[in-house]
Amino acid sequence: MTVKVSMTVNGKAVSAEVEERTLLVNYIRENLRLTGTHVGCDTAQCGACTVHMDGRAIKSCNIVAMQAEGADILTIEGVAKPDGTLNTMQEAFREHHALQCGFCTPGMVLSAMDLVKNFPDPSEREIREQLDGNLCRCTGYHNIVKAIKAAAATMRG
Amino acid sequence: MYSFNYARVKSVAEAAAALAKGEDVKLLAGGQSLIATMKLRLSKPSDLIDLGTVAELRGIKVEGGTVTIGAMMRHAEVAASAEVKKAIPALAALAGSIADRQIRNMGTIGGSVAHNDPSADYPAALVGLGATVQTNKRKIAADDFFKGMFETALQAGEIITAVSFPAPKRAAYMKFKNPASRYAIVGVFVAETAAGVRVAVTGAAPGVFRVPEMEKALAAKFAPESVANIKIPDKGLNSDIHAKADYRAHLVTVMAKRAVEAALRG
Repeated sequence: MTVKVSMTVNGKAVSAEVEERTLLVNYIRENLRLTGTHVGCDTAQCGACTVHMDGRAIKSCNIVAMQAEGADILTIEGVAKPDGTLNTMQEAFREHHALQCGFCTPGMVLSAMDLVKNFPDPSEREIREQLDGNLCRCTGYHNIVKAIKAAAATMRG
Repeated sequence: MYSFNYARVKSVAEAAAALAKGEDVKLLAGGQSLIATMKLRLSKPSDLIDLGTVAELRGIKVEGGTVTIGAMMRHAEVAASAEVKKAIPALAALAGSIADRQIRNMGTIGGSVAHNDPSADYPAALVGLGATVQTNKRKIAADDFFKGMFETALQAGEIITAVSFPAPKRAAYMKFKNPASRYAIVGVFVAETAAGVRVAVTGAAPGVFRVPEMEKALAAKFAPESVANIKIPDKGLNSDIHAKADYRAHLVTVMAKRAVEAALRG
């Protein structure tokens, strides 16, 4: 059986016939060909599949696409401006070299954007605690934490 | 994941009608446990009825010292709610300690309570505060609701609509968590309520349970030293790669003591 799913992804209306059991991450990667959203653990622990749904960070490997019916989805491809200018969080990750292999980075950036929205002036401890849904197998946390702290300061102005 | 049929509903009545269509029809709340279970093929529903668009299951109300939380309220919403923080800060803090931020943005109180995972946090709050589970058919006291591992008093066709928590004089929840899953290896909720002191333990056994001996000691004197020397027997407690039964028994005392300290700090 299939079902019609429609949503907005990175500002663009998209729609497809999918199997009911299609996970949101598979819809994003395989139907929309937006492969910046990664599948790491596939068990909702590592956070590499993090996207925003209606402004909240969620794990796209742990919901079916139909749960996002009518929702506004933001993936890493939609974070920078159309001309390629990085957003504040991406720029801070670049500046502080907050990545090693880069696999966890899309999820880290989207999770960090949600984190700073909820904690505009986060302490290092708060960042580490609130980032516990994202794992970096390179263990590059130190610079990730620095980048998030710097991005939060820039956003506060 | 096995294949299934999917339907969205707009009301509790519609959901109840859909649920009556078959034995393997399941409700989908936030899905943070259900989808994971289905991916592992441990669960095989014929149909999923998505409650994501049922407006009547949303909202938080505070009336006469009782906080009522709609079944489809996400953990992050409960944690951030100014009303909950004011009336029952321990409950907001507990919601903010469940899993990780992304899961808290999807997972719901109704889903967690209906699932009754033995290591879940919410059951400790419900039993610790003497909450009431409201369904489309009746009201069930938390003490009668949880029936052991993944079992509840819910009957076929019954849907949780809200959970009501009486605000306590003071309360706190302390958990020793698994650092990977953030599930409670042992979590203890202590509350001084109008109806007396309640101590509820999650994670330690196949289901949430109360510790009457600690409740009695705390009723006499609400202080950490009242529970510091009360040991619970390890017989029947969970024993796995994360913690053996005797260690869990030890943690119950330690977490209870810390919870009393935290409750007194306010």
